Amino acid sequence: MRPFTYAKPSQTSDASKSLKQSNSAIIAGGTNLLDLMKLDVNQPAHLIDINKIAELSQIKNNKGGLLVGALVKNSDLAHNKQVLENFPMLSQAILSGASAQVRNMASTAGNLLQRTRCYYFRNSTMPCNKRDPGSGCPAIDGYNRIHAILGTSDSCIATNPSDMAVALMALDAVIHIEGSGAKRSVPITKFYVLPGAHPEKETVLKDGEIITAVEIPQLAAAKHSRYLKIRDRKSFAFALVSVACALDVKNGVIKEARLALGGVGTIPWRCTEAEKILVGKPAKKETFKLAAEAAVKSAVTHKHNKFKVELCKRTIVKALSALENLA
Amino acid sequence: MSTKPQGGNSVVGKPIDRVDGKLKVTGQAKYSADISLPNMAYAAVVQSTISAGKITAIDTAEAEKVAGVLAVLTHQNAPRLKKSDNDQNNVPILQDNIIRFAGQNIAVVVADTFEIATHAADLVKVTYAPSKSPNTNPDPLSNTLFEQMQKSPGQSRGDFVAGMKNAAVKIEATYTTPTETHNPMEPFATVAHWEGDKLTVYETTQGVFPSKKSISEMAGIPANNITVITHFLGGGFGCKLSVWSHAIMAVLAAKQVKRPVKLVLKRTQMYGPVGFRPKTFQQITLGATKQGKLTAMKHLSVNETSLFRQFTEYCTEPTNVMYACPNVTTAIKQAAINIGSPTWMRAPGDAPGSFALESAMDELAYALGIDPIELRVKNFADKDPESGKPWSSNSLLECYKVGAQRFGWAKRSPAIKSMKRGKMQVGLGVAAATHPTYRSEAGAIASISSDGTATIKSGTQDIGTGTYTIMAQVAADILGLPINKIKVELGDTRFPQTPLSGGSQTAASVGSAVTAAAKKLLDALFDLAIGDEKSPLQKSEKKDLEFRNGVLTKKGSKSSEKIGDLLKRNNMPKLEVTAKSTPPKDDKYAKRSFGVQFAEVEVEPDLGRVHVTRMLGAYAAGKILNEKTARSQMLGGMIWGMGMTLFEETLMDHKLGRIVNNDFAEYHIPVHADMPSFDVIFIPEEDPHVNPVGAKGVGELAINGAAAAIANAIYHATGKRLRHIPITLDQLF
Ligand SMILES: Cc1cc2nc3c(=O)[nH]c(=O)nc-3n(C[C@H](O)[C@H](O)[C@H](O)COP(=O)(O)OP(=O)(O)OC[C@H]3O[C@@H](n4cnc5c(N)ncnc54)[C@H](O)[C@@H]3O)c2cc1C
Ligand code: SF4
Repeated sequence: MRPFTYAKPSQTSDASKSLKQSNSAIIAGGTNLLDLMKLDVNQPAHLIDINKIAELSQIKNNKGGLLVGALVKNSDLAHNKQVLENFPMLSQAILSGASAQVRNMASTAGNLLQRTRCYYFRNSTMPCNKRDPGSGCPAIDGYNRIHAILGTSDSCIATNPSDMAVALMALDAVIHIEGSGAKRSVPITKFYVLPGAHPEKETVLKDGEIITAVEIPQLAAAKHSRYLKIRDRKSFAFALVSVACALDVKNGVIKEARLALGGVGTIPWRCTEAEKILVGKPAKKETFKLAAEAAVKSAVTHKHNKFKVELCKRTIVKALSALENLA
Repeated sequence: MSTKPQGGNSVVGKPIDRVDGKLKVTGQAKYSADISLPNMAYAAVVQSTISAGKITAIDTAEAEKVAGVLAVLTHQNAPRLKKSDNDQNNVPILQDNIIRFAGQNIAVVVADTFEIATHAADLVKVTYAPSKSPNTNPDPLSNTLFEQMQKSPGQSRGDFVAGMKNAAVKIEATYTTPTETHNPMEPFATVAHWEGDKLTVYETTQGVFPSKKSISEMAGIPANNITVITHFLGGGFGCKLSVWSHAIMAVLAAKQVKRPVKLVLKRTQMYGPVGFRPKTFQQITLGATKQGKLTAMKHLSVNETSLFRQFTEYCTEPTNVMYACPNVTTAIKQAAINIGSPTWMRAPGDAPGSFALESAMDELAYALGIDPIELRVKNFADKDPESGKPWSSNSLLECYKVGAQRFGWAKRSPAIKSMKRGKMQVGLGVAAATHPTYRSEAGAIASISSDGTATIKSGTQDIGTGTYTIMAQVAADILGLPINKIKVELGDTRFPQTPLSGGSQTAASVGSAVTAAAKKLLDALFDLAIGDEKSPLQKSEKKDLEFRNGVLTKKGSKSSEKIGDLLKRNNMPKLEVTAKSTPPKDDKYAKRSFGVQFAEVEVEPDLGRVHVTRMLGAYAAGKILNEKTARSQMLGGMIWGMGMTLFEETLMDHKLGRIVNNDFAEYHIPVHADMPSFDVIFIPEEDPHVNPVGAKGVGELAINGAAAAIANAIYHATGKRLRHIPITLDQLF
């Protein structure tokens, strides 16, 4: 860990201004950032602690949906009554991640911006295009059991590790951003950027920009939703594959469907093609299998992660079937 | 005098709470890294990032510039040391520029604070000339070694070839187990404190005396000048049986900066340079008659090792001793590559070896169509098949019987894939376990003061297993005192010599020493009273005297005297004796603990997830000194075994020659949610031959066989025979 300065502004605008200093970083819960600083992966010279900005800590009702402040703790969001009732998969996704202690510290925005768990990325003395652009990607020919099969490039095959983001993808959440005195909002489906030739760039956030809130729009189908996470042990592990899904079924026919994947994509992965296959079809296993096939159609595997294709398909079918009590 | 407690109010065997429990849960127990000395400085190590080659330059200028940095030691400026013959684990410490494995400690930075030291360590710039052909993959070499072994296998009893000719059923299979890292909760820590030429080292060690010797030889310091202290240890599991390079660096650094120095390794720095269980490749061949009698067994094993230590993982050990088979051949070879030195890890050899052997026995049971327990009972060895000696005691058959009954083995339907619970495939598996019972010479001091409090002092360290507690229990029984009147002081080389805490030998070795010391103390106390003219007990016969709750009494008479009165009159603040307990040289008996592991699993047919739902262990391990701490040891062993079966694996990137999953996020051990329901049964054993306390080792026994029991249960559930651990879900769908 390297020396750094520390500031704790009480206004978003002040925080945004401070962020303009070169090599500065926001700290929220610190559960990811401090980890990476100790590993010498992140080396910020200035830390801007946003925990004093009161307006960022609220959950507000918003046109049948919710407006979740950037600082809302993962545990508070997961146990929020509205979330439990109207967006169960979001609560399940959050609770399937990390541990109670980590979730008590972790913030909404911090969760969305947590960095990949790729071993090579987290070891500051190994090459890694994401951490050190142009240094190469040892994962591609190395040990890649936990790596992505969707959205990969020749430069990077790391997964996005967030569980919460997968549910928010399926929910069409909108990210509220403030910076340089200006506000903008970006749908989460456009917020994350595929690695391409520049895996170091992960989102559309620009220098000096802060996430202020996450908007979750009303969605009837979300009442009937589920998050299923498959991992190597029963708790406290990142997803090998996870599925966030919602279905609105009338008279046995799917009216609306949402499907997103975690643990397999370089970004939280929304399956629009698969959703199209689901809509208008009977809610039964055969349909789910077709959707699952579509979801992994573009998969590219490496030496150790080939199993993820089949596991992903089965997990999709299992999650959708469970939703319809077909399991 | 008998070992029976005076007055019959025994605390030995009772499940009493740990005497150090409160200190631990309230944070008052001081572990090595908690030691803080006036004017202490902090050290941080720099580790090599290549696996083979040379350091061509090491630039410490930037690190040295940081305010608060006191010294940076590298091979260029460290004091010259003589390589000790005793130290096989380490490459020369800061003596040359050669890199033999990734993670080799190549520099140490000392500073006023931990933060400064850690930061400055990141600023040390090392330039390497990497070797063109580093080798961190043991697989190809192991294959070659296997071919060699097949041509000329090693050690044998009987005639394997002839035995195979008589076999009606044969099986041959290859099993592999991964590199595993010990990962004790407590990181390695050393606090080195020089006072003149005297050195005190607060060290995370499973052996204060062996550490003293190693530090003396490795750092070139007379042993008499060294004190090693370990009051509490947060787990070691074998990796803390040795002194590793960082500890010597702390000693050198403290000398250099003339201040006490604390060095604590980071979790990520503990993968490679402080030992691990080596990857193993094992081949087992079994031959048996139609009735299930073993006619021949062969067990070949190759394990990876470093280029500088030929470490043997004795995987073939269980095959040599577990079954009554006349024709047995075993052989072991090592594949030496660019990795750190492997070392003993909880149940070394036996844990991976029993996975192979007990899986193979299961395969044989299915090939024969015989119940796996019945097959094992048929081949029960009623004496040590290797030495021919009788067992000091062996209740393995009882373990099968009692264990099977409590586990509900009879309800198991034998065919694979024949049991279901809802959608889940259910399987039940079994495996036998054994572990040698070791004992070494050990000493202890016992004293009693006029207030009736006894103190036991012994060099041995409590590695978390409950040694403080069981020693208090042993002493309490012999001295007729309640346990709260016994003070136990351990973990200090100024106390009598004891062996290292490895091989589950501490209870037997130190327990025997404490038994001897307590008895000697009682003897001395009686002598004092008998010879004291003013004592109401003067001139009594020793056999008539008793000592209970601080009062000396004479059988059949009303004469008695309080300990305080006796000591005060003799102007003695306390009475103190030292005793030693030495195991016999040639033993008439073979000594082992035995057990049987049972496991039930549910496997999700679509996703391949394995849920271990029940584990039961029935163990015969001599006298159980404290049922609570012993049960904890068994639970820990079973959990370890489960983790080994399903999760644990140190992953090596062969291209980079480096371990990639060097933290708890990606090196998986079981979490609470993974826990099955556990059942531990101790079969009562009175063993007068094994040692004076009658106890056998428990700590490692419960790992042995656990992996095979689970793998066998998975086979029973799914029909998939998995011969490689860890068994992950991708192998099952
Ligand atoms: C042991 C462990 C296990 C875990 N397991 C899981 C798991 O299974 N699933 C899972 O999803 N997660 C898991 N996590 C990750 C955890 O969810 C994240 O660490 C946490 O959500 C990050 O939130 P934070 O507030 O602590 O972020 P911080 O560490 O404070 O920040 C993370 C990043 O976000 C930036 N940032 C924070 N707030 C803002 C803002 N308002 N605007 C702009 N940038 C901002 C920071 O600059 C930093 O780059 C695990 C973490 C740990 C330590
Ligand atoms: S996969 Fe991405 S994060 Fe991992 S090493 Fe390659 S470039 Fe770095």
